Amino acid sequence: MSPSIASRKRALFCAVPIGVVLFFLPLVIAPYQVTLLAYGLIFAIAALGFNLLLGYTGLLSFGHSAYFGMGAYAVAFVVKYLNITSMEVFLLGGTLASATIAALFGFLCVRYTRIFFGILTMALSQVLWSLAFKFYWFTGGSDGLRVPTPSLLGVAIPEGQDKMIFLAHRYYYYVLVIFLVGVAVMWIIVHSPFGKTLQAIRDNETRAEFVGVQVWRYRWIAFVVSGIYTGLAGTLWVPLNGLTTPDILHWTFSGKIVFFTVLGGFQTFVGPIIGGVVYNYLETYAVGYTVYWQMVLGVVLVLLVLILPAGIAGTAGRLVPKLRRAA
Amino acid sequence: MGHVRAVDDLLVHLLNALLYASVLFLIAGGLSLIYGVMRIVNLAHGNLYAVGAYATAWAVGRALGSGQPSLTLYLLLPVGAITAAALGAILEPTLLRPLYKRAEEYQLLITFGLLLILEDLLRLIFGPYPLSASGLYETVGSLSIGDSVYPGYNLVVVVVGGIAAAALWALIYKTKFGVILRATSQDMRMASALGVNVNRVYMQAFTLGCFMAGLGGAIIVPEQGAVLGMGVDALILAFVVVVIGGLGSLEGALLGALMVGIVREFGIAFFPEVELAILYFMAAVVLLIRPAGLLGRPV
Repeated sequence: MSPSIASRKRALFCAVPIGVVLFFLPLVIAPYQVTLLAYGLIFAIAALGFNLLLGYTGLLSFGHSAYFGMGAYAVAFVVKYLNITSMEVFLLGGTLASATIAALFGFLCVRYTRIFFGILTMALSQVLWSLAFKFYWFTGGSDGLRVPTPSLLGVAIPEGQDKMIFLAHRYYYYVLVIFLVGVAVMWIIVHSPFGKTLQAIRDNETRAEFVGVQVWRYRWIAFVVSGIYTGLAGTLWVPLNGLTTPDILHWTFSGKIVFFTVLGGFQTFVGPIIGGVVYNYLETYAVGYTVYWQMVLGVVLVLLVLILPAGIAGTAGRLVPKLRRAA
Repeated sequence: MGHVRAVDDLLVHLLNALLYASVLFLIAGGLSLIYGVMRIVNLAHGNLYAVGAYATAWAVGRALGSGQPSLTLYLLLPVGAITAAALGAILEPTLLRPLYKRAEEYQLLITFGLLLILEDLLRLIFGPYPLSASGLYETVGSLSIGDSVYPGYNLVVVVVGGIAAAALWALIYKTKFGVILRATSQDMRMASALGVNVNRVYMQAFTLGCFMAGLGGAIIVPEQGAVLGMGVDALILAFVVVVIGGLGSLEGALLGALMVGIVREFGIAFFPEVELAILYFMAAVVLLIRPAGLLGRPV
């Protein structure tokens, strides 16, 4: 049941050079570009978690903004009400908050599949959005809450250092390490007996049940893990952004998470990672280029669904062997 | 006197609830009709409502500029509905038809893409500022209920909503078209085997659904104006309505719209902070207890 030696070797063969490139990139590219990359890696973590449900369990959630937002708001609450600015406490708070809410929402949602699952996750995430929006004395309402630059491993930002430099250097590496660990853990999860069981449930729920799998329980655990990943992304995102607003709890943000994942390709392991990074560049440049950036993204999404439903990774995966044979 | 006052207040609240319910029924009924026949959840449905609102506001604005008498303005109300229907008639065969055989994830995604496109298309065509059609709103005047003054136009909206519901009911239960629509909804393959042109029925159903959403936008725009983002907000409320009433059921949409209208009106009046949360929560509870909705077919 463990990954075959060959596939493990191949995975390492791909992962190590990419890890090395990600490590050395900040030395050559401008700080602004590094922060963009950090955003991309964070979105990749969110998409990776989301895809445990969509790609591996076969459940399309339209409410993952809830966990991203919980991760971000938990940080803001830690700052506002506990006056703590340690990144490690942020991570603890964000993970606990998103895990709690994912456990609760997941418990309610996993009894359903298909469109009902999608609508239920969406409705529950909208409850959080409307609370964040309306309880302004607690959440800052539509102005949101500010989050200062945190201290990393107990070391605060040096006196007088530019915030951008800090984010583009130390904070980037912090995100990178968590990203790499997150990817490795997810790789282990999807190749473990647990991950195989999820795929069995995705492919045939009835048969999985017949062999004795307690389907709802596996779905629930997958849901919680997925929520924790997305919450972790929200926690890492908020110091970078400096502010959290109800926008990230709104269901259209859930739509974006679905977008990342499909852009990269949800039938592959690396697809969501590629999708998160590429989407971030796409959105950033579309926003800089035109006020009609939503239209640009919409057209990309429509074309993607019509022409490249396997996403970037899926299409590349199909093209590479073909090209090799042709050569 | 205090007692009479309370009754008057209650009457105003109920009328407002009916006003919300009428518009919501038009939007959610269209969404539900499309789902019932085609099994597609159209995330861009709210944007078609916005298209209806913008088109009517634009037409009314033009007519006011050229000094038309107010009666002509009423003839402009359907402009929004017709625009939305025309848009639907174009979108269904071009964007949705290629996807019927694919997994429903893709159908959701393409309508999400459409949502993003339509949102910006409205900005592109009508600009970033709200459009108003209050000229129509003012022509009706107002009536007094007890001490409070109530805008007469609201009653027009309620009446139009009622007529639309009745017309739709007649169309679906009393005409041959309705029989074909219901047959396709129950068993698309059997209907097709019996000679129904399913592609055409799908297009008609989608167009009709868009027409309803557009009509909803058209009748409310004199009161609320047309703003960017109105479609996304409306979609979520329409979701709440169809989830409560039952996806695919028109009676359910009517019941859901009335419930949401009432809860919303009294929510805004008495506990504004949690008004929206209560609605989403209601939807979640109904889904948990009766996933098919109160009046939906069991899944």
